Amino acid sequence: MTDVRNGPLLDVKSLRTYFQTSRGTVRAVDDVSFTLESGSTIGIVGESGSGKTVLSRSVMRMLPKAGVIHDGAVLFEGNDITQYSNEQLRGIWGAKIGLVSQDPMTSLNPVVKIGRQITESIRHHLSIDKAQAKEMAISILKSVSMPEPERRFSAYPHELSGGLRQRVTIAIALACGPKLLIADEPTTALDVTVQAQILDLLSKLQRERNMGMILITHDLGVVADRCDEIAVMYAGKIVEKAPTKVLFSNMKMRYTQALIESIPRLSAPSHVPLRSIEGRPPDLVGTPAGCRFAPRCHFADERCRTQEPPLMRAESENHLFACWNPVGGMVPPPKEVISRLGITPIREDSILRSN
Amino acid sequence: MEEILNVKDLVVEFSAGPGKKVHAVSNISFALAKGETLGLVGESGCGKSTTGRAIMQLIKPTSGRVEFEGADLTTLRSKKLRQARQGIQMIFQDPISSLNPRRKLKDIVGEPLAIWSNISREERYEKVREMFELVGLDFEASQDRRPHEFSGGQCQRISIARSLMLNPRLLICDEPVSALDVSVQAQILNLLRELKSRYELTILFIAHDLAVVKNISDRVAVMYLGKMCEISESETLYATPAHPYTRALLDAVPEPDPFVERKSDAHHLEGELPSVIDPPSGCRFRTRCPYSQDICALEEPPLRDISPGHQVACHFPMN
Repeated sequence: MTDVRNGPLLDVKSLRTYFQTSRGTVRAVDDVSFTLESGSTIGIVGESGSGKTVLSRSVMRMLPKAGVIHDGAVLFEGNDITQYSNEQLRGIWGAKIGLVSQDPMTSLNPVVKIGRQITESIRHHLSIDKAQAKEMAISILKSVSMPEPERRFSAYPHELSGGLRQRVTIAIALACGPKLLIADEPTTALDVTVQAQILDLLSKLQRERNMGMILITHDLGVVADRCDEIAVMYAGKIVEKAPTKVLFSNMKMRYTQALIESIPRLSAPSHVPLRSIEGRPPDLVGTPAGCRFAPRCHFADERCRTQEPPLMRAESENHLFACWNPVGGMVPPPKEVISRLGITPIREDSILRSN
Repeated sequence: MEEILNVKDLVVEFSAGPGKKVHAVSNISFALAKGETLGLVGESGCGKSTTGRAIMQLIKPTSGRVEFEGADLTTLRSKKLRQARQGIQMIFQDPISSLNPRRKLKDIVGEPLAIWSNISREERYEKVREMFELVGLDFEASQDRRPHEFSGGQCQRISIARSLMLNPRLLICDEPVSALDVSVQAQILNLLRELKSRYELTILFIAHDLAVVKNISDRVAVMYLGKMCEISESETLYATPAHPYTRALLDAVPEPDPFVERKSDAHHLEGELPSVIDPPSGCRFRTRCPYSQDICALEEPPLRDISPGHQVACHFPMN
């Protein structure tokens, strides 16, 4: 693996992941592009079924073989890992890309002591002996603020609380010093007090180790003060992407607005009816023409229902959105479609829509 | 105001092997006035769900009284208990697993009537149809389908429909929206609010999300490790929390706004929840409390009034 970098740590280009099912082709991730630099965090936000978890698995190339159609490129340190063999992938999973998943109870092996679950990847990737691996594992447990790390090294997952278990999965993900950490809903299963601890821990470790981090969540409160950039996903597509403060102060996409307005806030008085988004996300089989959010959008007009809005640039350079009737009106003129993202020509498959 | 529920000195303990007990709920008391919504909050393992279940008598309380509309449910047995319990219904956290996967929706929602009333099948389905409309479901399209064909939000609507079939006076909602997406969560909260005013329901709303609880509650009670810490009007509790634990819980809530300054870490909770088998002496929160002093280990602070309607169990309340 040669490091031929002169670009970002991660460059995802027009990534598509489709699943072939008996009902038809499910377009779980449909033309998603973003980049991530070392030391920065991108938050990926969306409802259940928006494709955010499939996106993270696609970036890692951790997908079933059968019935999956891929397209696009994932440049990690300059190398396109979509072209990697299984063996090459095993060389980067755990070593260069770490994954923290949602439910620490199901992602840990219940019959193996946590020490061995941490040393497993250390010994696989770094070829060091058992005693050294143990020493390393204990120091990693210390760095994730595990109380009594020496004793916890020989504990089983069920002996730990949910918060401590999530610290263990973070320790496993960080064991080999990855360059990229993918955290998929890392705090959804945890209490709010523990959530704050775990998010603080992740930010601290990310800064210390200068990792790139993808933080996937459905909770905008979680990403609001911990991400440099936020991408909002809807029905397999990124519908808005901007630096965090720009997104919150100047959101363009109607879906982003609706999502933020539906959150109950501590600062709001009691008994105020919440703005909800009626209906459900669309079926990803045979998605309708036009904007995918149009059926649930109060601002949708004829064009929204027939013509799919491309990602357009807002006033500021790094702010992209896909909406024909954006919040605050359309500036600049809608003709300017983004080419900077390097949207690659699409294979003329029968399944892939050409635009 | 008329009281509908009065929980007095409720204790729930489970055996945990020889000589060991899980102190799930330790001596809590509170009352619910007719038509109010009381939010019950706390971390996992604080006993909030156990409290809800003990009120329903799904778990037999070890001691204490649960007076519902004047009758002490803990003294009622079998048939009488079941009869009294028609007035209380429950909605659970996981909408999909709380519905029988093998039954059709119209039968799930009609079941309470099938058990308790003598009306004909046709009349029963007519009532089910009305209820479907009320909770926003299409009766024609969904009556013969089964729960797995519906999303979490729709299943929660079905649970709500089922819970209202017997015209209950008290609804116990145990984390009814925590498994749902934020957009769907808003739909369900708005629906509960609507139904509450329509049926003049009293609601005990158990949840861990303080922002959700604030949205729906008139009063809020905070539990920690089986004990009641603080109980007050919701506006007061959120504006001037008196218990350090309430303060810490509030500070941990992430605000969906990057321009709101991060709250100082001073009130961040450190450490782990102590064991409920061997809870700390005195104040149970003292092991994680930044203001803890000697007296906190020696003497348990009683729940006392610090202002009208605002009770707190702390030796050194804030503000």
